[in-house]
Amino acid sequence: MSDIAERVKKIVIDHLGVDAEKVSEGASFIDDLGADSLDTVELVMAFEEEFGVEIPDDAADSILTVGDAVKFIEKAQA
Amino acid sequence: MRRVVITGTGMVSPLGCGTEVSWSRLLAGGNAARKVTEFEVEDLPAKIACRIPFGDGSDGTFNADDWMEPKEQRKVDPFIVYAMAAADMALADSGWKPETDEDQIATGVLIGSGIGGLEGIVDGGYTLRDKGPRRLSPFFIPGRLINLASGQVSIRHKLRGPNHSVVTACSTGAHAIGDASRLIALGDADVMVAGGTESPICRISLAGFAACKALSTQHNDNPQKASRPYDADRDGFVMGEGAGIVILEELEHAKARGAKIYAEVVGYGLSGDAFHITAPSEDGDGAYRCMQMALKRAGLTAADVDYINAHGTSTMADTIELGAVERLVGDSASRISMSSTKSAIGHLLGAAGAVEAIFSTLAIRDNIAPPTLNLDNPSVETRIDLVPHVAREREIDVALSNSFGFGGTNASLVLRRYRGD
Repeated sequence: MSDIAERVKKIVIDHLGVDAEKVSEGASFIDDLGADSLDTVELVMAFEEEFGVEIPDDAADSILTVGDAVKFIEKAQA
Repeated sequence: MRRVVITGTGMVSPLGCGTEVSWSRLLAGGNAARKVTEFEVEDLPAKIACRIPFGDGSDGTFNADDWMEPKEQRKVDPFIVYAMAAADMALADSGWKPETDEDQIATGVLIGSGIGGLEGIVDGGYTLRDKGPRRLSPFFIPGRLINLASGQVSIRHKLRGPNHSVVTACSTGAHAIGDASRLIALGDADVMVAGGTESPICRISLAGFAACKALSTQHNDNPQKASRPYDADRDGFVMGEGAGIVILEELEHAKARGAKIYAEVVGYGLSGDAFHITAPSEDGDGAYRCMQMALKRAGLTAADVDYINAHGTSTMADTIELGAVERLVGDSASRISMSSTKSAIGHLLGAAGAVEAIFSTLAIRDNIAPPTLNLDNPSVETRIDLVPHVAREREIDVALSNSFGFGGTNASLVLRRYRGD
């Protein structure tokens, strides 16, 4: 797993209080990790803070899984 | 109107996590005041408070993780965590666990707070100023709103009846119990989870209450002497924190399920001083009418009252309340015991009226009046027994609990032993 993926995973574990093994690349924040819509807003804010990127609202709406977040951040930092 | 009884209690108080541990320590003369060490107080005029005993949950300590998952705690101010804990305890104590649609809809929540998530609002303000609006948490609003204590409790326990809240400063807890009793009496609910919660111990709150001259500032070096209602050396209240929750239940509903009945809520009075934003009217008119209304509703007279849990904040207002009580009880003064449990736990603001109503309930259950600590040198003479220093065993069938708040808002509750009639 890349450095970005590790950091994303850690944020998800901390914010959603879920076990590490559940946080796979394909895990959906809402369907698999128990997040609600406000949790996902907070997650996106945490990603922005951690990686120094801006995630516009329309982009945030398409970040539904751990993998989506990693891909967006990798692209934004490229 | 339908009759209302108390069938469960829960409490997080500066004397402990739990009703019975708080009560036994109160009767033993426990005193929760100490210097605040969790944040900078050196530049504050009041450096002391009655804090909850934080710990691992053993020996009456409060461990927030026992009551709310850490990831959920992060989203709310502590007043909501305290309410969740006290509500869990109260519901467990009552044995009421509504599972059918009908039972869930018949059970409501009415928990108030005086100031809610003040510290969280301050922190949110800093975030907005320093980092901008995009950094404000989506939980900033729902984690601070006062009625979210009621909201969170209802969600956890699936209580789908009336969902309400009270904000009347230091009368909040008493108003919550009184208003919730009314909802049951009028048939809008059969069971209500009611009370008050407060987490005010932070820099802005200590600074703000000191600015309006409400706090004790002369006993910082000897915190356990600071809360001294009726004593000549009193100079302001000591801030407390915590939550008190009762389960109120329609009498026949409680009997039908064989619930334990602590006491009956027989009277409730409300009044306004219409005098000053922080000071009570000097003639005690608001307090007097409030108690009078509560007794009238109860169908009792002042001669029936055995114990009064005074508002008694350890401020100059103590003698105004005492004067109003003397006027109310007249020749019965010498048979009444009246104490201020704020001498032991400080002033829990929006939670005070609820915690003190529970203490009044237990005074009836156990026939004992909790003490007024530090009453070494009363500033006025009275024939009323102010229960100085040590608890007094005596017959208590009727208790009256007073709460008065900023804005001139007053509430009195009258509780009576339930004898199965």
